[in-house]
Amino acid sequence: MAYEQYIAIGILIVFSTILALIVVFASRILGPRRPSPKKLVPYESGMTPIGPAMRRLPIKFYLVAVLFILFDVEVIFLLPYAVIVRRLGLYGLIAAGVFVVILTIGLLYEWKKGALEWE
Amino acid sequence: MNLPTLESINLAASLPVLILAGWACLLTAIDLFISPERKHWTAWLAVLGLLASGVALGFEAVAYSQRGAVSAFGDMAVVDGFALFLQGVFLLSAFLGILLALNYLPRHNIERGEYYTLLLFTTSGMMLMAMAADLIVVFLALELLSLPLYVLSGFAHPRLDSEEAAMKYFLLGAFASGFLVYGIALTYGGAGTTLLSGVVEALVGGGPAPNPVLAIVGMGLILVGLGFKVAAVPFHMWTPDVYQGAPTPVTAFMSVGAKAGGFAALLRVFLIAFPATGDTWGVVIAIIAALTMILGNVVAISQSNVKRMLAYSSIAHAGYVLVAVAAARYPEVEPLAVSAAVFYLLTYAVTNLGAFAIVIALERDDGTGVEVEDFAGLAKTRPWLAIAMTLFMLSLTGIPPSAGMVGKFFVFQAAVQASVGDPLILTVTIIGVLTSVISAFYYLRIPVMMYFRDGEGQANVQPALGVALALTALATFLLGVVPAPFLQMARHALLTLAG
Repeated sequence: MAYEQYIAIGILIVFSTILALIVVFASRILGPRRPSPKKLVPYESGMTPIGPAMRRLPIKFYLVAVLFILFDVEVIFLLPYAVIVRRLGLYGLIAAGVFVVILTIGLLYEWKKGALEWE
Repeated sequence: MNLPTLESINLAASLPVLILAGWACLLTAIDLFISPERKHWTAWLAVLGLLASGVALGFEAVAYSQRGAVSAFGDMAVVDGFALFLQGVFLLSAFLGILLALNYLPRHNIERGEYYTLLLFTTSGMMLMAMAADLIVVFLALELLSLPLYVLSGFAHPRLDSEEAAMKYFLLGAFASGFLVYGIALTYGGAGTTLLSGVVEALVGGGPAPNPVLAIVGMGLILVGLGFKVAAVPFHMWTPDVYQGAPTPVTAFMSVGAKAGGFAALLRVFLIAFPATGDTWGVVIAIIAALTMILGNVVAISQSNVKRMLAYSSIAHAGYVLVAVAAARYPEVEPLAVSAAVFYLLTYAVTNLGAFAIVIALERDDGTGVEVEDFAGLAKTRPWLAIAMTLFMLSLTGIPPSAGMVGKFFVFQAAVQASVGDPLILTVTIIGVLTSVISAFYYLRIPVMMYFRDGEGQANVQPALGVALALTALATFLLGVVPAPFLQMARHALLTLAG
């Protein structure tokens, strides 16, 4: 087995680890620290992550999550398409076009139905 | 690796499905700009889409009679007589499903355009299912078929039983889909391909490193996933609750369309991909068929709610079609058994949609009025309605002159032919005949109520519902009296390996 092809991934892992450490420690050393209860929760503007799981939560979070996944998947599909766009030619263009049009109709639908309005 | 091209899609052959799916997408957008008072426009636009798809299907049928089956989407789908016949059944069911809902939705104050677009989406899933020649397409079609139905079950929101139905159907359906995908994965592991024609090659030898054990386990899991869709015992638990809770037009369409869609995949996957293991699945399906017929018919006796009774009846009818599936594993019986199965699905579609049309006519605006007692005295107040309901009940029992009788006759004929040298199929056939007799008890209770009991017998038949009733009653009668031309079509409903 040739491991040379994995060198790039290895370098990426090493460098991203180093970068993450630099960011964390730099903010710890350089940043001013004035803690308050609000600031100590992990997600300042989200839900409290600790507590009983069976409780009411705003359905709006769920809606946003679903919409996020939708367009996340779009990116995941379009990336590999972009890699071989020339080899797929007209066929690929039409297929990707159909995919994007369907998603756009979905976006139009949620927009008109008011799913994008927070209140 | 071959890259797909425009030619390999075979646009012409897959046009009926593409028209319907495309129109469903467009209609979703168009419906946004139709004001709430004019939602019936969406309904008629949906009918227009069905019509266009039907015309394309007609052309495709003519082309099929001249050149035979062709493959589409690079061999992942095949347009043969089987696919064309069932696609016709789906389009007809969807048309009737729209007619049933046209007055029902405003009456129950749930008129939203999404009903019609979701109906088109699920119908296009069913049509894709009928032509799926690859396990991945089977899965894709099953999801396209199921997801809109989950939403439609909860369409009477905020009525609690409707929401409960949607939740139950979704959770159990997702679970069943999981089984199906796992089965597909194992089959892929065993056969090295998801193409049905490739799986059969790998299993009978000659393919690359076949692993029959994995494929057989995969086959069993696929059977679980599809058995759930057609509501076969022991995967039927969801049926009564969902059928009772869902809005009645949805129940009517679901009981017909989802079942036929499930059987389309069941027949094609098992007969095309797994003929080599026929003695394994043949026994399993025969036993499931017997259990389904017994449980469906016996439990239906104790139901007082007509929607729930028809749910158990729908379980029982899945059993009869399964008898044909079990019989189809003998190559010499296969053509007869497959055409018997699809013909049965057609007769069940028109009869059951008609029976549900009557239930819709009797249902009050708050969802009550669907008990067996509510039929009392209907013969005096609404004689025509009573005659139609009697016809539908006779057809579901299998008594002439009705479609159900001809359908049952051909299923049992195929089963008897297959039972030569197979005592299990013979036993199952006898169970089928006996349970048909049992079913007469609960089906004919409704005509007895209508004709021999005194009561108010209220019904509300609005124009679209009247048209649907007339169409289904006429079809039920005609299929029972002059079945020959339709049988001729069903005879051509043969499965093809690939075009």
